[in-house]
Amino acid sequence: MKAPLSWIREYAALPDDVTADDLAARLTALGLKLEAIERPGHDLTGPLVVGRVLTMEPEPQKNGKTINWCTVDVGDANGTGEPQGIVCGAHNFGVGDLVVVVLPGGVLPGGFEIAARKTYGHVSAGMICSTRELGLGDDHDGILVLPADAGQPGDDVLELLDLRDEVLELEVNPDRAYALSLRGVAREAALGLGVAFHDPAERDVPPADGAGPAVAIEDPEGCPVFVARTVSGFDPTAPTPDWMARRLALVGQRSISLAVDVTNYVMFELGRPIHGYDADKLTGTVGVRRARAGERLTTLDGTDRALSPEDLVVTDDSGIIGLGGVMGGQTTEMSATTTRVLVESAHWDGPSMFRTGRRHKLTSEAGRRNERGVDPEVCEAAADRVVTLLAELGGGTVEPGVTVVGAPPARRTVTIPLDLPARVTGMDIASHTVLAHLEAVGCRVETGPDTLTAELPSWRPDLADPFDLVEEVARIVGYEHVPSVLPPAPSGRGLTPAQTMRRRVGRTMAGEGYVEVLTFPFVGEADLDRLGLATDDPRRTTLRLANPLSAEEPLMTTTLLPGLLATVARNVGRGAGDLALFEVAPVTRPRGDGAPILGVDRRPDAAEWEALNAAVPEQPLHLALAVAGERDRSGWWGEGRTAIWADAVETARVVARALGLELTVRSAALAPWHPGRCAELLVDGVSVGHAGELHPRVCRDLGVPARTALAELDLDALLSRAVPARAPEFSTFPVAKEDVALVVDADLPAAELAATLREGAGPLLEGLRLFDVWTGPPVPEGRKSLAFALRFRAPDRTLTEQDTAAAREAAVALAAQRHGAEQRA
Amino acid sequence: MSGPNSEYDPVQVTPLDEEHVEAMRVAALEAVQGATDLADLKRVRTEHAGDRSPLALANREIGALPPQARKDAGRRVGQARGAVTQALAARQAELEVEAEARMLAEETVDVTLPWDRRPTGARHPITMLSERIADVFVAMGWEVAEGPLVEAEWLNFDALNLGPDHPARTMQDTFWTEPAEHHLVLRTQTSPVQARAMLTRTPPIYVVSPGRVFRTDEYDATHSPMFHQVEGLVIDSGITMAHLRGSLDHMLGVLFGEGIRTRFRPSYFPFTEPSAEMDMVCFVCRGLAPAIEDCRTCKGEGWIELGGCGVVNPRVLVACGVDPDRYTGFAFGFGIDRMLMFRHGVSDMRDMFEGDVRFSTAFGSDL
Repeated sequence: MKAPLSWIREYAALPDDVTADDLAARLTALGLKLEAIERPGHDLTGPLVVGRVLTMEPEPQKNGKTINWCTVDVGDANGTGEPQGIVCGAHNFGVGDLVVVVLPGGVLPGGFEIAARKTYGHVSAGMICSTRELGLGDDHDGILVLPADAGQPGDDVLELLDLRDEVLELEVNPDRAYALSLRGVAREAALGLGVAFHDPAERDVPPADGAGPAVAIEDPEGCPVFVARTVSGFDPTAPTPDWMARRLALVGQRSISLAVDVTNYVMFELGRPIHGYDADKLTGTVGVRRARAGERLTTLDGTDRALSPEDLVVTDDSGIIGLGGVMGGQTTEMSATTTRVLVESAHWDGPSMFRTGRRHKLTSEAGRRNERGVDPEVCEAAADRVVTLLAELGGGTVEPGVTVVGAPPARRTVTIPLDLPARVTGMDIASHTVLAHLEAVGCRVETGPDTLTAELPSWRPDLADPFDLVEEVARIVGYEHVPSVLPPAPSGRGLTPAQTMRRRVGRTMAGEGYVEVLTFPFVGEADLDRLGLATDDPRRTTLRLANPLSAEEPLMTTTLLPGLLATVARNVGRGAGDLALFEVAPVTRPRGDGAPILGVDRRPDAAEWEALNAAVPEQPLHLALAVAGERDRSGWWGEGRTAIWADAVETARVVARALGLELTVRSAALAPWHPGRCAELLVDGVSVGHAGELHPRVCRDLGVPARTALAELDLDALLSRAVPARAPEFSTFPVAKEDVALVVDADLPAAELAATLREGAGPLLEGLRLFDVWTGPPVPEGRKSLAFALRFRAPDRTLTEQDTAAAREAAVALAAQRHGAEQRA
Repeated sequence: MSGPNSEYDPVQVTPLDEEHVEAMRVAALEAVQGATDLADLKRVRTEHAGDRSPLALANREIGALPPQARKDAGRRVGQARGAVTQALAARQAELEVEAEARMLAEETVDVTLPWDRRPTGARHPITMLSERIADVFVAMGWEVAEGPLVEAEWLNFDALNLGPDHPARTMQDTFWTEPAEHHLVLRTQTSPVQARAMLTRTPPIYVVSPGRVFRTDEYDATHSPMFHQVEGLVIDSGITMAHLRGSLDHMLGVLFGEGIRTRFRPSYFPFTEPSAEMDMVCFVCRGLAPAIEDCRTCKGEGWIELGGCGVVNPRVLVACGVDPDRYTGFAFGFGIDRMLMFRHGVSDMRDMFEGDVRFSTAFGSDL
């Protein structure tokens, strides 16, 4: 909301020395936050004076233009009292007119300095100004001709035209609709500076007389008050006076025509949106009702709209003529030939306005005010102000009939304990202060021994609850007086185990050399296609956004891989070669039949709460990692090591170990992994994720390095199974080491053979480590050799050679029996 | 070896005469001194102090002397051998020091060679700042509450006094999901976590909830459709706005240094009443002249906008099952991304979500 200081001063008795900055600081402290201060005219320096054109000689020039050689009476402003000779290129004025003259030494907006200079064979000592040159707007191209009674030659125009002003641009929160008017801003200004406020809505209005335009309201809930007045004999060519155009320009409203400008002016003045109809285009009774299914309306903006039965419409005998409170219709629009104006000043139901505006994607100054709540008691005053201005400025007459249908709702009351503001804010606020401040905001207050009852001002529909009154008192006392006190310390339990472990996972990943990224959870079908997900892959069951930012990404992702791989590609594109990235974030798995909208007057009962939660999608936390390029870099120390599928599997194991879990691994085939290089990861037989090498085709499609390895784990599944670390029991007797190389079928998973060896060797086996894998001669085709280092130890004695050999032989025997393993010589 | 010399004749046992022993001693000492390295010294040791060395051989002749002459000869040879042993030990030590010095010199490397074999990992600064903020409150005894990102409309709006026709719903550009009648949204704020906290805990409630939120903002240097908020909620008896300010002042003191105070400005949030915008005094210039003039962190304002806060609206308490006659509460919320931006000089929000490894790596693994 833009509020010119000069306009505020009209209603608030601000001391002369109060600056825009002072006032802005007070308004900000009261909750109308300053966005900016504009200072129009402040780049304008006089002498800028009224001049009367005495002579005017047209002189055609060689370049085809005709200039006017004028002499202008500027009174004593030029120091001599002699007429001033000025060359002027414009022609829209004549001898005897009052114009604005800037004399040598003056500066016009844009730093344009005026000096006497020789031009077209004359010395031109100054300039006759246009509106644009004065910074008054750019609607007119010609010279600004002042009304004949504007002043005397030599008068200071800066003062005369209020060319200098300061405009406060204020941020108005949705609850403070009253501040979308000068009436409201000035009221706050008066409140902030403790000065008198003159309410522009307080005017004597003629009472309803039943002789006005015929109006029938079918829906008094949607339209509780409808005031109609008529002005006839209006001159549609009458110009908007400069003062009004200027004020409209200052609040950011373009001047359109006198009739429209007057309705806008009163809207900015009183906050009440007004609609004007061409009364000659109306037929019969004006009505208000809800639209019927299938009805349509072409609004002022030329859009043909299908109406909803919830929309409030204005009708006459011809049908629908407007979308009530939001936008008028084309058929009854005021035009350049309108001479009779019906003025509608109606109070509309805010929520209906909000819904209609949202449904039709219509935002307007009127809608903005109507949906947030306008003072219902100001309808008659606003209508009267409009018809008076129309008649005054447009040469018409106000028709005597006044129609008022309905009445503003009675003012509501709220009762609060006198000490409530103090109790809620922690400030020391005496009862009389509470009383005084509530009266200052417009409440009529009655006090009891411990309570007060406030009758709420009609212009504050946002006030409804006791705590609303607390805020009113608190903001006037000043939030800066709220003391700083620590609340009592609760006995909290610290982070939950899951929260602690999540941090541990992040630190473990960083320790492993992975960099954490955060990506958006939005994907499209194409992203899932590129991963090669099967049509029945559960990751294709997604939640769809109704209003995605990008039509390509309308889905909530079910896997972190698209975002992570896109990030890999982006880094590669920026020249990074060796990458290890991870992300920890939830994925979305839709479920249920929708969440209920519950009441808000009580806590949901157990069944409602359960139903609500059951409808919220499952959102398990996932961990995804990707590694590409060299995992160990090459350098002067020698060759590095390129990351392979096994890095992804091992990192998953490291993370699991950090949570006290040992993953088991088995081969699997799942997109987007390489079908021969995909490991399924399990804890206690439950699948918790996959790891391995990215499918080469997917690598190509996504532009990530060949052989990129990646893993995705259900972190919640891991966290829920995590076990705290336990101290190991270890023997200090000597270790016995044995190596064994076994030849098995090439497709036997190493993990399976290792498990068999463990089982066969029995409890004396302390540990085993695969240290070599060999295929090729002398190992026969279709077979491979796996070499294990076994460590044996007993808890209670030194093992004999026989003990160790027996255990080793038992392991080999079981491997032979189960897998056809042969010992390699 | 000679046989026992029962008839004393000193001339007969030449090696034991004084001159002879002295000569052997001198020859041995010179050889020791002349040894150039440990191998040479080892040779010298064998030659002059070994079993077959002249002094050792002379020593054996002592028995051949008549008893009265043995004492002198024994002392002479013994002293000579002692001197040689001592010299050997000394020279051994010298040569060892020299050898070690030589070896160390030979092993000198260029310590400026890089050893960046293992790429460095890092956590995301948003994650770390979230944890840091949470820890400030956990240290005060609060707990960390969490909730889903895709949330029931009722919890994101209605329960927070944002009814279906509330104009403030348009303040937050919401991502809605299909079908509309399922009433699910991407949470626009972490406030539904507060509602969940009230619905699942019993007062006193002291929780802080950092997390991701979503709004349909176009993606640019200062806006992102996904960003992060942290909210705090306290429900207890006798809670006032003063406790709100106290908690915020404490947090800011921990995160930005002692004396960073807050400024409250009246504002509007449906879930709080009274409501306030909170600013913090700029932690760089502290709002003081002349530093404030060129302060790039607060752009000369002296204050940094932090977020919103207020007293929990009793309507919210009612919807969330808290007795408004018995309890009051306060709540606050602010953007973690924004705080990261001004606390650590991040100038473009997109850097946080593009995943360029250079960004996170710069912050290491703790903030």
